[in-house]
Amino acid sequence: MTETLPLNSVRTLFPVLSQQVHGKPLVYLDNAATAQKPNAVIEALNDYYRHDNANVHRGLHALSERATEAMEAARGKIQRFIHAAESAEIIFTRGTTESINLVAHGFALQFLKPGDEVLITAMEHHSNIVPWQLACERSGARLQVAAITRAGEVDMNDFKAKLSERTRLLAVGHVSNALGTVNPLPAMISLARRYSQIAVLVDGAQAVAHLPVDVQQLDADFYVFSGHKLYGPTGIGVLYGKRRWLEQLPVYQGGGDMIRKVTFAKTQYAPLPSRFEAGTPHIAGCIGLGAAIDFFSQWDWPQRRQLERQLLDAATEGLDSIEGVRLIGTAADKTSLVSFTMDDIHPHDLGTFLDHEGIAVRAGHHCAMPVMDFYGVPATVRASFAIYNTLDDVDRLLNAVQACRRFFCGQ
Amino acid sequence: MDSDLRALYQELILDHGKQPRNFGKPDAYTHSVDAYNPLCGDHIVVYGTLSDEAVEDIHFTGKGCAICMASASLMSQETKHKSRADAETLYRQFLDKVTGRESDASSTLGRLDVLSGVRGFPTRIKCATLAWHALAQILAEKTGETVTTE
Repeated sequence: MTETLPLNSVRTLFPVLSQQVHGKPLVYLDNAATAQKPNAVIEALNDYYRHDNANVHRGLHALSERATEAMEAARGKIQRFIHAAESAEIIFTRGTTESINLVAHGFALQFLKPGDEVLITAMEHHSNIVPWQLACERSGARLQVAAITRAGEVDMNDFKAKLSERTRLLAVGHVSNALGTVNPLPAMISLARRYSQIAVLVDGAQAVAHLPVDVQQLDADFYVFSGHKLYGPTGIGVLYGKRRWLEQLPVYQGGGDMIRKVTFAKTQYAPLPSRFEAGTPHIAGCIGLGAAIDFFSQWDWPQRRQLERQLLDAATEGLDSIEGVRLIGTAADKTSLVSFTMDDIHPHDLGTFLDHEGIAVRAGHHCAMPVMDFYGVPATVRASFAIYNTLDDVDRLLNAVQACRRFFCGQ
Repeated sequence: MDSDLRALYQELILDHGKQPRNFGKPDAYTHSVDAYNPLCGDHIVVYGTLSDEAVEDIHFTGKGCAICMASASLMSQETKHKSRADAETLYRQFLDKVTGRESDASSTLGRLDVLSGVRGFPTRIKCATLAWHALAQILAEKTGETVTTE
């Protein structure tokens, strides 16, 4: 790795960002949907396919050994990144959604019984709602939902009231994708620990690129995230689980790589992590995610957090001062994400307008329809920031929002 | 302001988007269809009063973007007092126009031409067609049903 660039010029390392959209320099503010990829990640994928491509964990030849080594090195990087106790607790999946489905599937089969409850919060992404609905349908368990406040924070009284002897699993987002709220996991998990039977799954999809994560300190039984929101490739994600949980969880998919011995009478499964990695994995994706973590880790958390804070404060203050703007999600602790609506302008009209100003935002329900219902809006516009965004990007957004208001409202 | 955007949001659209005509639930109607775009959350209900031969009246309620509201508003005006057959034809012609499938590009649908700007915005075509799909359901006598753009 060459000399580390200061964070404020990191933009130059992301080739996609140097283009014009509708004749204007691109400002990419849809990072909560997916982050752009640095040269380091693109080159890691390229290098792997050009030089090392082979199947892993089986060939005796040089290429297979290199591919296996690179993939396992990536597993180690992820282990250190989230402070897991051992690399065997890192399972590669397609993404957050598959990770949650894997755990939900196992819980429905093995642990959930009629009368049990799964507790989630009212701000979850659909991917942390629907798998639990399915698991409850299959097992006869009941889904409980902890309420949120107008600011977009978990209502801790309601949360407390909904934890009980019946709760078998708590599934909670670390950070809300629709609101940017950072949930108070230490408090929530320690409340859950009053009941020894509760397993805790944390959906870290929106957290890993914004907050330091220490799964052991958090005492999460499962922690899941996707690579592509962390500047890595799409189609690769992580399921972290404590060894004792992963060993109890029934296998998810059967196939090659996840077995120790197969006969028609009985199959013995492989130990962790292979037990949950049936079939040829997304080897390039694993390696690309490892490269993304190396890239990201060049700057320390205080630097990255300070930049985020600046962007969030500037965007929040600027939007708040524009007449007709309503911020959705005003939690005290937020990542750099602003969700908002405007009087008399539908989020989709605003989204189209911003796109024509070269600004990419998300306009929609953010796969969190219950959150939209709670605020009584069909959709919001969401601007979400990443390490390559600058205060100039925030200004471009604010100016465009004002121009949009003049365009639609004639003032 | 770039010209694509002006073409999409012509004055007539902004006007009807802001002040949709025939907006509100009528006291009496013979047909109603719920129309929903799950992708973006546009949601309207179209109320029709139809005789055996003709569309006597169209109203609608709901929430949507400027394109969706303007399209519903213009639809309600343009189909009122049309025979069922003519309304059906207009529905097909409108769909062809906004999706760019029309055989004769110079053909005109009068005021409805303002909505043809969505052609340059593939993600917005469904906004323009939502109310029209509801109309088609009404003409097909499928009252009380929900139509989605899926």
